[in-house]
Amino acid sequence: MTATSDPRQLSYIAHQAADARVNVELHTGDMTLNIGPQHPATHGTLRIATELDGEVVVRAEPIPGYMHRGYEKLTEVRTYPQVTTLINRIDWVGSFANEVPFILAAERLMGVEAPPRAQWIRTILFELSRIANISLFLGDMGVQLGAITPVFYAFRDRERVLNQIEAATGGRFHPNFDRIGGLKDDLPKGWIAETRDAMAKMRDFCDEMEGLLMGNEVFEARCRGVGVIPEEVALGYGLSGANLRASGVDWDLRRDRNPGLAWDQVEWKVWTHPDGDSFARYWVRLQETREATLIVDRLLDSLPSGPIMAKVPRIIKVPEGEAYVSTENPLGEMGYYIVSKGDLGPFRVKIRTPSFNNISIVPWIMKGVYVPDVITILGSLYFILGDIDR
Amino acid sequence: MAAESAGDEETPVVAPDEIREGLVAELTTILGDGLVESHIEPGTDVWVRIAPDRWQDAARAVKSMGLNYFSFLSVIDWMEAPEGRSENTELDETEQTDETPVEDAAVLDHGHAGGSTRLQVFARVESPTRHVGMTLKADLADTDPRIGTWSDVFPGADWHEREAWEMFGAHFDGHPGLRNLYLPSGFQGRPLRKDFPLLARQVKPWPGVVDIEEIPPELEAELEAQVMAAFESEQGEGS
Repeated sequence: MTATSDPRQLSYIAHQAADARVNVELHTGDMTLNIGPQHPATHGTLRIATELDGEVVVRAEPIPGYMHRGYEKLTEVRTYPQVTTLINRIDWVGSFANEVPFILAAERLMGVEAPPRAQWIRTILFELSRIANISLFLGDMGVQLGAITPVFYAFRDRERVLNQIEAATGGRFHPNFDRIGGLKDDLPKGWIAETRDAMAKMRDFCDEMEGLLMGNEVFEARCRGVGVIPEEVALGYGLSGANLRASGVDWDLRRDRNPGLAWDQVEWKVWTHPDGDSFARYWVRLQETREATLIVDRLLDSLPSGPIMAKVPRIIKVPEGEAYVSTENPLGEMGYYIVSKGDLGPFRVKIRTPSFNNISIVPWIMKGVYVPDVITILGSLYFILGDIDR
Repeated sequence: MAAESAGDEETPVVAPDEIREGLVAELTTILGDGLVESHIEPGTDVWVRIAPDRWQDAARAVKSMGLNYFSFLSVIDWMEAPEGRSENTELDETEQTDETPVEDAAVLDHGHAGGSTRLQVFARVESPTRHVGMTLKADLADTDPRIGTWSDVFPGADWHEREAWEMFGAHFDGHPGLRNLYLPSGFQGRPLRKDFPLLARQVKPWPGVVDIEEIPPELEAELEAQVMAAFESEQGEGS
């Protein structure tokens, strides 16, 4: 409804309105958007406070700590065998892999070495937890992009691996199976054949994901060239695992600094990708999962016989000293810096978790990206919240 | 490859470790007397202690040496916990009255590469091309624990320093913003310091040490007979 019918006046009003619209469009800053703490993309309770200008992120600040459990303090009042129960719960989808570097560090301080069969089984279970962990990512990345199907496939097929872990250790998620000097038990009867079967199924799963997601046009459009991390930035932030290898750094602790496990006994390949974008991170993880199934198969071929425990005293006292042992965990470099004073428990344990460093890059990488890409980049960095908060 | 035999734990190399000795020599030429002490475990690892005022130079030096992968940075509190190790309930009861006896710095037992203060900052860097890592340490003054930041050399040190600040109270000069990372704002105390008591262990004894109600003597014999009977029948089944 207009108060006037004079065309000149009407055109003046229209011009004013147009000007006002332009001005409004020019000023779009100062909007704060909280992603999380409860958001499916955060795998737990991570909050990311973003400052937006229109649809572009100006500043992103991750706020962890909602699940901080103080493990570094708790290890100081635990004995060495009790600590493995705690550290199972750091990265809760690849639990067995958490135990290994801690046990290896304690073994290094004690000068104990597990017998070959134990090292082999450790390596096999380590790779199984890698497959269980990363297959979840392979499906979950689809969810971040709005494709629901892959995650159902991932949960279905991951179950096969979890069943094998459960059959061997008794725990689906928290095995607590590794001991100083070896393992709690030997493998059950029929396990090897079943595992081979599961590995073949997991290779099918990888092919399926490759067809479902990587060949998908939408997936390519949303991931190619998004969230690019150059090599030197990745190294400076201490990114590790597939995130580092997707930036073209050919570094895998399993090959380059094997702390005594059986990885150097079989043939396998380290996959890298030069692009450093979300797509590269997905691609590297997919290849690694397939490679891990092959490692398990080859290790099962050459599994030596013999005892699974070395001779260790019943009450474990670790001699005075310091040791840092890290391994290539599903999420990246996980290490324990143990300071011992010859006591029943450690004096200080610094837990170096991969996700902590992997997520500390968020303020850098999120600058200038669009809001929907925040979710895909977070998804492609792949973190487990327990692994940040410890 | 030389690095592979260096990482090999199975055969302890008694021969001197040329790779790591070379690293220390290289760092000494850059830093001079800024490198106070070094410790090498042949074939395994290397520790160096840096003079606190050269801490930032050390970061640039190791980066220029190709150790450009930043692994972590944290702090160690070398003081013995005044409450004792809390899982040991006997220790708790006898020593609970002692109020933070800050020991003489000279009494403190330091780890590799030595030290003279209660708090020490330590960091680890690695080289993805030379396949070797190094742990660097530096003393933090007892009264005002303060040292230069690494975050301008290794951006990843930002969060690690924030954590070290809130957990140990170590200040990092030049850090872009020492805010709480894990703890709620307004939290009092430095939780990972040894004199910060783990309250859960103070108010509740270690489970399994006490807590068990004694069996009345008149029931004891009966219960034992039951347990033995069950045990024997199980043995029979097993054989």
